[in-house]
Amino acid sequence: MEKSRYELNKELAQMLKGGVIMDVTTPEQARIAEEAGAAAVMALERIPADIRAAGGVSRMSDPKMIKGIQDAVSIPVMAKCRIGHFVEAQILEALEIDYIDESEVLTPADDVYHIDKTQFKVPFVCGARDLGEALRRVSEGASMIRTKGEPGTGDVVQAVHHMRVMNSEIRKVQNMRADELYEEAKQLQVPVELVRYVHENGRLPVVNFAAGGVATPADAALMMQLGAEGVFVGSGIFRSGNPAKRAKAIVQAVTNYTDAKLLAEVSADLGQAMVGINAEEIKTIMAERGQ
Amino acid sequence: MATVAILALQGAFAEHGRALDRLGADHFEIRQRSDLGKPFDALIIPGGESTVIGKLLMDLGLLSPLRDRIVKGLPVFGTCAGLIVLSKRVIGGTPSLATMDITARRNAYGRQLGSFHTEDRFGDLDKLPMTFIRAPCIDSVGDGVEVLSRVDGRIVAARQGRQLATAFHPELTDDLTVHRYFLEEIAGLRV
Repeated sequence: MEKSRYELNKELAQMLKGGVIMDVTTPEQARIAEEAGAAAVMALERIPADIRAAGGVSRMSDPKMIKGIQDAVSIPVMAKCRIGHFVEAQILEALEIDYIDESEVLTPADDVYHIDKTQFKVPFVCGARDLGEALRRVSEGASMIRTKGEPGTGDVVQAVHHMRVMNSEIRKVQNMRADELYEEAKQLQVPVELVRYVHENGRLPVVNFAAGGVATPADAALMMQLGAEGVFVGSGIFRSGNPAKRAKAIVQAVTNYTDAKLLAEVSADLGQAMVGINAEEIKTIMAERGQ
Repeated sequence: MATVAILALQGAFAEHGRALDRLGADHFEIRQRSDLGKPFDALIIPGGESTVIGKLLMDLGLLSPLRDRIVKGLPVFGTCAGLIVLSKRVIGGTPSLATMDITARRNAYGRQLGSFHTEDRFGDLDKLPMTFIRAPCIDSVGDGVEVLSRVDGRIVAARQGRQLATAFHPELTDDLTVHRYFLEEIAGLRV
């Protein structure tokens, strides 16, 4: 009974559930994140808010920087490659990264094709705005999904929107007659087997996290109550007044996301939150990259 | 009827719940101190990140009360990160509950590329499927600890009194042998 590499990769995502994955740009930040209770860190040169501010082309991080972070912590280390840039992914695999995020935060390298993720041994997480996108990424080999949200804004509205759309579409598929699944698969542009899985199980075939705009413990708990299985926090932590304290508070909020009293306690006195930008005011809509 | 508490601070706790459902054992989740007020006969500590679980045990005030209960004989079963949380000594990490006289080695098989699936013997029982995800192993055990499984010469399952630890994840397979062993042989519960 040989289990496939893909199963093992989906299972690593299961181990991350109920956890917070934090963006870090230096070994020092990675240690702060680990100490605060991050379940994994995302190594990148610039957090999404700075990518947004700087403009220009944003690429995979320097391998030296990624290695520095791998050496600094004992928890899983993830890193981003550009959508469709399978050579960046090959380089990340050579670094033995624990998870690759084929991410809309970076400038896409291919305007049509995503990476054929079945060709890799290391796992991939991809962003999605709805059920069709999520299942298309799974059919390409993604073993974990996250909402796209709108990265680097500190505005949770798009993550909320994407999570609600995905879950309402899942409920719709769940309630279909079996003979309606073929047409649904056509509409979603995905293999019918994946639609059948959703129909029978009422969930995605892989773990689904929230990402893109989470800035406070309340944001994280909101996403969990809406059905996220864990949370990515990008710019929200190291763009705030007291990163260590805020990171720790978000970790606790994700564990006890329905306990308003505890959420009140951990939300108190966290210092300045990421200032953020209104998701309606921005020019570059990262969520529209890669359909 | 037996009731099992599952530590649900982070990780794959829902998967243990599903295994217990299939065995017909009642269970509930422990997420904070007030949950300890409910009665339970056994505890499961799931896989996840041991650093996160250890930290939340401390921050939520769960560490001492749970340690006291385990020391007084509460049956406990830790998988992967749960094994590390139970270990008295941790290579590459910090002890947490530290109730079991074993030395755990974190990330013994390296990063995710080192994760694997195999089949091997568990105690006197037949071979069963074993899934290792960024798994630890047990480097050495103290007196009174019974080694239950070795894979490629490394200790991956052990028992000390009413404490059971596995480096692999029985909750990720359909095989219920280890959960049944824990409930019946260790906790003395009927399922």
